[in-house]
Amino acid sequence: MSDAAFATLMHAQPMVPQVAHVRGRRKDTPDAWTLDLELANGARLIYAPGQFNMLTAFGVGEAAISVSGDPAGGPLIHTIRAVGPVSRALTALEPGDPIGVRGPFGVGWPMAQAEGKDVLLVAGGLGLAPLRPALYRLLGERARFGRVTLLFGARTPEDIVFRHEVESWRARFDIDVDVTVDHAASEWHGHVGVVTTLISRATFDPCNALAMICGPEVMMRFVAMALVEKGFGEDAIYLSMERNMKCAIGHCGHCQLGPTFICRDGPVFTYAQLKRFLAIKEL
Amino acid sequence: MSERSIFREEGLQALIEALSRRGFRVIGPTIGDGAIIYDDVEALGDLPRGYTDEQEAGRYRLARRDDAALFGYAVGPQSWKRFLHQPLLRLWRAERKGQDVIVEAEPPATEKLAFLGVRACELHAIEIQDRVLIGGDYVDPHYESKREGAFIVAVNCGTAGGTCFCVSMNTGPRATRGFDLALTELTLEGGNGFLVEVGSPAGAELLAELPSRPASREEMDDGDAVVARTAASMGRAMPAEDIHALLMRNLDHERWDEVAQRCLSCANCTMVCPTCFCTSVEDHNDLSGAESSRTRRWDSCFTMDYSYIHGGSVRPGVASRYRQWMTHKLSTWFDQFGTSGCVGCGRCITWCPVGIDITEETRAISDSEKLLGAADGKS
Repeated sequence: MSDAAFATLMHAQPMVPQVAHVRGRRKDTPDAWTLDLELANGARLIYAPGQFNMLTAFGVGEAAISVSGDPAGGPLIHTIRAVGPVSRALTALEPGDPIGVRGPFGVGWPMAQAEGKDVLLVAGGLGLAPLRPALYRLLGERARFGRVTLLFGARTPEDIVFRHEVESWRARFDIDVDVTVDHAASEWHGHVGVVTTLISRATFDPCNALAMICGPEVMMRFVAMALVEKGFGEDAIYLSMERNMKCAIGHCGHCQLGPTFICRDGPVFTYAQLKRFLAIKEL
Repeated sequence: MSERSIFREEGLQALIEALSRRGFRVIGPTIGDGAIIYDDVEALGDLPRGYTDEQEAGRYRLARRDDAALFGYAVGPQSWKRFLHQPLLRLWRAERKGQDVIVEAEPPATEKLAFLGVRACELHAIEIQDRVLIGGDYVDPHYESKREGAFIVAVNCGTAGGTCFCVSMNTGPRATRGFDLALTELTLEGGNGFLVEVGSPAGAELLAELPSRPASREEMDDGDAVVARTAASMGRAMPAEDIHALLMRNLDHERWDEVAQRCLSCANCTMVCPTCFCTSVEDHNDLSGAESSRTRRWDSCFTMDYSYIHGGSVRPGVASRYRQWMTHKLSTWFDQFGTSGCVGCGRCITWCPVGIDITEETRAISDSEKLLGAADGKS
């Protein structure tokens, strides 16, 4: 099947998963695994950084999971935290096992708007997974962007996802990486504290910068507020939202937040778009 | 449009037969479970002749009319979404063969549906669901196949229910578009008859087969008078203001907590609503795990599961769930689909077990703003 044929099929039958196979499985943190997937007949899923797929564990159910791989090539990669019956079944899949894929869906990170600007990525926990495709793009086309910074917060050192890769990014001269954890034992020599405490240590020109944030909702709110205080425009701050999703095509209603369907209008939004709604409890 | 025809009850019987002959499954009003429901109809005898419905907040009763009208009621608990956007639908089946899985999509049904007795509010509701399910980037093939083949016989309302407010939503009681034929029930010399308006080439073609004659000026005026009388006797009205903006200004209003004291979060309002479209999916598998399937079923924003993400529900409180339903229906629907999500059919009021009234809730928020405005004006 060609790449275009896959996309056409997905559009004609958007609720029907296409069968892929697990080719690789790695444990990233105590409760998160990364799966490498191969679509039938070598088709490739063409996606933009920040987009997501609906993954089916046959007989169990389906969950919305962001793509965490390199949009420029390689296998289709998803990083999944085992938190419910579906995500537990997905993370238990072994190489060779079939898996259902629908997608890609949604609006991703503003890669075009980021050109010529300082780019600040702020990730909380597994929020680094949806940001990784953006980071690959930034590093792969490095000359198009200004200063690139990754601020990453995890609960504990064990919860640092893609740890070796984070270390290799830290060693590069063309990206600033700063990591913090909430709690750590004495062998941790890094920073301890919430991710917002890293912002004042980072270097960027707030008048010509763009931020991409992904993590728990409360963390994203506080990061966005801190960035506004640093001089960021509200429409230069982008967040990736999470809600219950059953269809990913704007038909099931579940993912609404105010006037938006997270699946269709997001998951990536500007802070300016969401600020008002994020401030209202249980909206 | 100005050309209208008349047929008597035999004409209606002939219409049902002509639709059946063309392979349509004809669905219309009939009495079932103490209410007027939509089900298969084969003959005039299946229709609720001489019955009406008495509706109030939290109350619905069938009652006898003192005439033999066939369409002398407002709307029952069901809407046509039951047939177009099915309550339960298998989406696909999958069979595991070794390390492979063969997924077989459920083919869209080929059944052709004819709806008899569609009210003006319901025509608008169908148009609204069209925008959601087939009007966007992605098309629901199941809805599309049923919708595209459907033949619609509208019936202008000759009576307004106690919870009706279509006039204030600008959705009735006259059917103005979206039908193949539209009927107005009239008392003619020697029995009941119908003033017939053609809304499509398919409707014109069918009407040509039926025993009809051109309507007189007087008969057309009579038909207009029926609709005008209904419009003048609406049971309720939505406040006449920009509700889209009103509710967005009042997401923190104390009325949400007040209505939550009464709301049982039973989801009745969403099940009877002709525009509510939310669904969930469930996966099933056989004991061996070799065969699995996914079904889609209607869901409701009033359930806790609806907004569940790992860690808990986004809307655990009843106040936030009621607010989600009402603000979506009356406000954010405009942002999403360009119209209100409410057509004024009154079902959510009638079928609410505690009689919560969407027009009253809107008015309460609107009035509180006016009071506040008046107080501000004084100071």
